[in-house]
Amino acid sequence: MNTMNNQQQANILPDEWTMILRPKRSLLDINLKELWQYRDLIMLFVKRDFVSKFKQTILGPLWFIIQPLLTTIMFTIIFGNIAGIPTNGIPKILFYMTGIVGWTYFSTCLNETSQTFIKNASIFGKVYFPRLALPISVVISNLVSFVIQFVFLLFFLAYFMIKGSNVSPNYLVLWIPFLVLLMAGLGLGFGIIISSLTTKYRDLTHLVTFGVTLWMYATPIIYPLSGIPEKYRIFVLANPMTAVVETFKTALLGVGQINYLHLLYSFCFTIVLLIVGVIIFNKVEKTFMDTV
Amino acid sequence: MQNVVIKLENVSKQYRLGNVGTGTLSHDLNRFFAKIAGRDDPAMKVGVANKLDTVDGRYVWALQDVNLEICDGEVLGIVGKNGAGKSTLLKLMSRVTSPTTGDIKIKGRIASLLEVGTGFHPELTGKENIYLNGAILGMTKKEITSKFDEIVEFSGVKKYVNTPVKRYSSGMYVRLAFAVAAHLEPEILIVDEVLAVGDAEFQKKAIGKMQSVSRSGRTVLFVSHNLTAVEQLCTKGILMQNGTLKMEGKVHDITSAYKQMSVDENELRRSGTRVIEFLDYKMSDLSGKTIDEVFLGDHFSVTANARSNEQIDICDMTLDIRNDSNEFIGHITNADDGFEIKNITKGKTIGLSVTVKNISFSPGTYYISLWLGNSYGTFDYIENCIRFTIKQGDKFIGRPFPFDKRAKTVLQSTWNFK
Repeated sequence: MNTMNNQQQANILPDEWTMILRPKRSLLDINLKELWQYRDLIMLFVKRDFVSKFKQTILGPLWFIIQPLLTTIMFTIIFGNIAGIPTNGIPKILFYMTGIVGWTYFSTCLNETSQTFIKNASIFGKVYFPRLALPISVVISNLVSFVIQFVFLLFFLAYFMIKGSNVSPNYLVLWIPFLVLLMAGLGLGFGIIISSLTTKYRDLTHLVTFGVTLWMYATPIIYPLSGIPEKYRIFVLANPMTAVVETFKTALLGVGQINYLHLLYSFCFTIVLLIVGVIIFNKVEKTFMDTV
Repeated sequence: MQNVVIKLENVSKQYRLGNVGTGTLSHDLNRFFAKIAGRDDPAMKVGVANKLDTVDGRYVWALQDVNLEICDGEVLGIVGKNGAGKSTLLKLMSRVTSPTTGDIKIKGRIASLLEVGTGFHPELTGKENIYLNGAILGMTKKEITSKFDEIVEFSGVKKYVNTPVKRYSSGMYVRLAFAVAAHLEPEILIVDEVLAVGDAEFQKKAIGKMQSVSRSGRTVLFVSHNLTAVEQLCTKGILMQNGTLKMEGKVHDITSAYKQMSVDENELRRSGTRVIEFLDYKMSDLSGKTIDEVFLGDHFSVTANARSNEQIDICDMTLDIRNDSNEFIGHITNADDGFEIKNITKGKTIGLSVTVKNISFSPGTYYISLWLGNSYGTFDYIENCIRFTIKQGDKFIGRPFPFDKRAKTVLQSTWNFK
């Protein structure tokens, strides 16, 4: 009887559809609740990325460490020894590695999320799930590799401190979780905007790979911020990653410039970028199957 | 009063033809300027008849003004030719893409199965893929865990569940994928042609599973070209044609309308010099009544009228009979009977009639093609123009159980026991 009543009521009430699919939806119609319902899927994607990356490799997760290590050695030789770029008195290896570990997280997030639509077109064409689940899973699985690299970096740091080098990690390390969030947010934000645009304009895929490399040189990774002449510094500071990387280095190495105002700029930039990114992404995900 | 769970209101979907990757920027700007100037979008051609092959311009309507209501617990079969818009309809309902105009309203959790094994990763083990695929299809981890044993049991790959699926045979792969999908428990399930996988035994199992799903009171939407499967599973049907909803009704009415539609369209396949041409033709029983069904062992006649446009010395007529898999089953000609058609004067209409006795093809659907010609060439040839069904009766062979579909003819036999 009760169910009968419910059903009759269901027939009377016009607005109890679970969902209504319309051609045009408002820009802010973003269903974060649904994304939360699919959290299991996000975690399974993370697991998939992690497991599939190292299947049939001999060194397995060691590759997480080998990559930054080799890059560091390269940078030390080329920029440190041959070009002679100053490192503010910090041991060269440590200086470069700190920058690389921070930068790598941001850049892999950006590179991988920027391919969301194109790489997953075959899945997206067959089944619905909140499309944001994929870029978010990318950010999370890269966070795992970041943590491994970060721990590795801490070992180096400890080694140089024992050796008595001029490094002094300080209370700023408390900022690191926040910095990681900013890196993730910036990588994700830029990534999903690019991925949304690449569904129509493939030119961007070519731009991204070397664009990110160029961007690294515009960020104080291989040089200290203080090495930039005062009058050009404003350009470097316009880069939202500058304050993040500089604070990261200052926290761990004790040398560098930290300016809370710059950090606030990066924070606001990230928030705006994420909002814009999610809106664009949300708009594109509805019909991208027709253009991809 | 039944509860409507899916409602489509004037749903249309437009696709762009050609290579979308090039020239889109200028194209987009064009549309944008038209929009701010208040003109109609140049890309939209509303009201153009939807013919996929002769469309004018670079856009095509894959679906046009579809209105449909689906009630709770209904099992709806969707049939239609390739390109009729069936898959587009399913894609819209499963949220893979959005409609160009119109609203789709849905009540309840929906899961779609447009392909088996979506998101399977070759490097992951069977177990890992069950979880991943299940989650992609909308299950939570908890739900999958509770069904895990059942899924493995159903797929029959228990021994290999910890092996990467890239080492599976294609049959095992598909079985595992279908097993995951079959254990979804949404209120509305959308299935596209996925039963066409695996060997005969597995297909039987799959159809059985689908039947039990539909009996459990869930709403199922099912697209298939396999009309037998549609008739077995569905209660209601819709027929799609050129992007529009052509017909809606009981599943048997829909499938027979679809079969008829195939015949009607084949009628266009007519060739020959038309020195003499068919005017009409029909199939009848011996009393002359038009029929489209005969019982096994019965007799039937085919009567045709033809008009000659020139003087003809000699001419032959043949009937080719094919089954619904387009296999050539029987061939009859007037020469078999020592009968000659000759000396037809110009402008004369002749009536030809042939009677077939004791038809002994196994029960099923058959098509007759008519041919007029002689050793110099074809005058008129109409492919598959008569469709008829042979039914199992007790006149010829009183077999109580159905005939095996693989047997093409039925032989009369006499048995002795000593």
